[in-house]
Amino acid sequence: MEGYLAAKTQLTGPNLPKSSDFQAQEPMTTLQPRPNSPLFALYSAFGFLNSCYDTEMADSVWVSSSLQAVAAETVPPRHTALVRITHWLTVLAFLALLITGVEILISHPRFYWGEAGNVNMPPLFKIPIPASRSTVPTGYGYVLPDQNGWSRYLHFQAAWLAVLTGLLYASYGFLSGHFRRNLLPPAAGLSWRSLSAVIAGHLRFKRLSDAEAASYNVLQRLTYLAVIFVLFPLVIWTGLAMSPAIASVFPGLVSVLGGQQSARTIHFFVSLLLFLFLLVHVMMISLAGFTNRMRAMLTGRINSNKEPHS
Amino acid sequence: MNKLSRRKLITTGLAATAGASGLVVADKLAQSKGLIPPDAGGLFGAGETLTYAAQRLLTRHSMAREFPRSEISKVPFVNGPPPKDDAFLKLQAGGFADWRLTVDGLVAHPAALSLADIKSYPSRSHITHLACEEGWSYIAEWTGAPLSHVLELVGVLPQAKYVVYFAIDQNWDSIDMADALHPQTLISYGLNGADLPVGNGGPLRMRLPRQLGYKNVKYITRLTLTDDLKKFGKGLGSAAPEEGYAWYAGI
Repeated sequence: MEGYLAAKTQLTGPNLPKSSDFQAQEPMTTLQPRPNSPLFALYSAFGFLNSCYDTEMADSVWVSSSLQAVAAETVPPRHTALVRITHWLTVLAFLALLITGVEILISHPRFYWGEAGNVNMPPLFKIPIPASRSTVPTGYGYVLPDQNGWSRYLHFQAAWLAVLTGLLYASYGFLSGHFRRNLLPPAAGLSWRSLSAVIAGHLRFKRLSDAEAASYNVLQRLTYLAVIFVLFPLVIWTGLAMSPAIASVFPGLVSVLGGQQSARTIHFFVSLLLFLFLLVHVMMISLAGFTNRMRAMLTGRINSNKEPHS
Repeated sequence: MNKLSRRKLITTGLAATAGASGLVVADKLAQSKGLIPPDAGGLFGAGETLTYAAQRLLTRHSMAREFPRSEISKVPFVNGPPPKDDAFLKLQAGGFADWRLTVDGLVAHPAALSLADIKSYPSRSHITHLACEEGWSYIAEWTGAPLSHVLELVGVLPQAKYVVYFAIDQNWDSIDMADALHPQTLISYGLNGADLPVGNGGPLRMRLPRQLGYKNVKYITRLTLTDDLKKFGKGLGSAAPEEGYAWYAGI
């Protein structure tokens, strides 16, 4: 009976990946740590979360043709519990970092290159806004209120949350195979032809098919990889490079960037790119179906037939 | 949760217990090693404690970066006007000959040091970066007597944990003994080969290059050694947290 239900769901359910999706996937040969290694304990801990919620694990059961094991109500979630939890913790941390970052920025909206920079030195560029300090010549006749105290406290607290969440997510991503399976683009997808097809589809605002909604396309994969492995590490690095205490322990962190003020300038641009990513990310979610995507990231379920395509 | 087995429940339970007891042990250890900042209470206490503890463990003996002479900024930025009150102006008119730095608290020999006394001690200079929490910075050569030398002269009692320093303009701050005894921490009186200008904190400024500008208090007149920062002000370790700024400014 269970087998019948599962098979029926496979045939009619809108949420399950089509059999053609599996052919593209490589067989399940996830690298596992040795059973007696310390990594194994961590791996098992993630395995616990995985086995309850993970799409990929459910897929593997599916592929190994033990159809009966998957009852109709255990539709594989779009996002695992760990991905969902770390996603929302990152949202919380990033919004706090963004707001407090702007508050700190307005105390000196000028940027420099090199080690030192102040109003007696020519800036690399200025942001044409009023400042929260009277010592900065902005051309405005007024000074904004100083919000740096709580902003700096919250900026660093949120940075700890972001870094710890990021470490948890990254360990999980590597150990569970989440990065390899869900974010690493398949070799075929990286061809110019397939890339341009995806880009063309985006430019024409083509609506995604259900199969596409259950996985990430190559452009999404590349973007997420860049955000996770380039922008976030870079924003953490440049943030730490501004700390005089950290610079005393790891002077190379600063000199490689060209100096403390260069680190500050790069920190600003990387934050800008992360903010741009946030805008596009939210825009794409709205275009693709806000309710559905939110539901997927909040509960793990996708329910594409409940939201009419326009 | 269909595949929740007994083994997994036990493993998770054990992991949670280990995590919780780990936190308790970490807290005890942090207390005894002095890794809890005075402003650890409140909304931002968790982040502040993590930052201070992590940086203190990493930086106990690290040296702030020193630069070649060619990196010295043309004009050392002056942030705000010097004190305007009569006491300061009178001392300034006398060339600061009557300026005193009193050292008291948990010391064997309390003292009141003149500028000449401090200048007679072995001096140290370093070309270092001074960064403000606002974002600007400059590089200059700072000259002064190492605070560790002054502390050695007065004989610090073993129970002392912090040096609290007070300025003539009611500003005050404090540092732990790791920063107080650090070889780059100076009672500074010279900038770029001349007397420390009043605009930059002259005649005496606490100079610790591993922390941001606002810990480098200008116009200091008194050092007090203590084992408990709760005895000062609102108990937050400095005037900064009372105005919303963190006590520890290594970042």
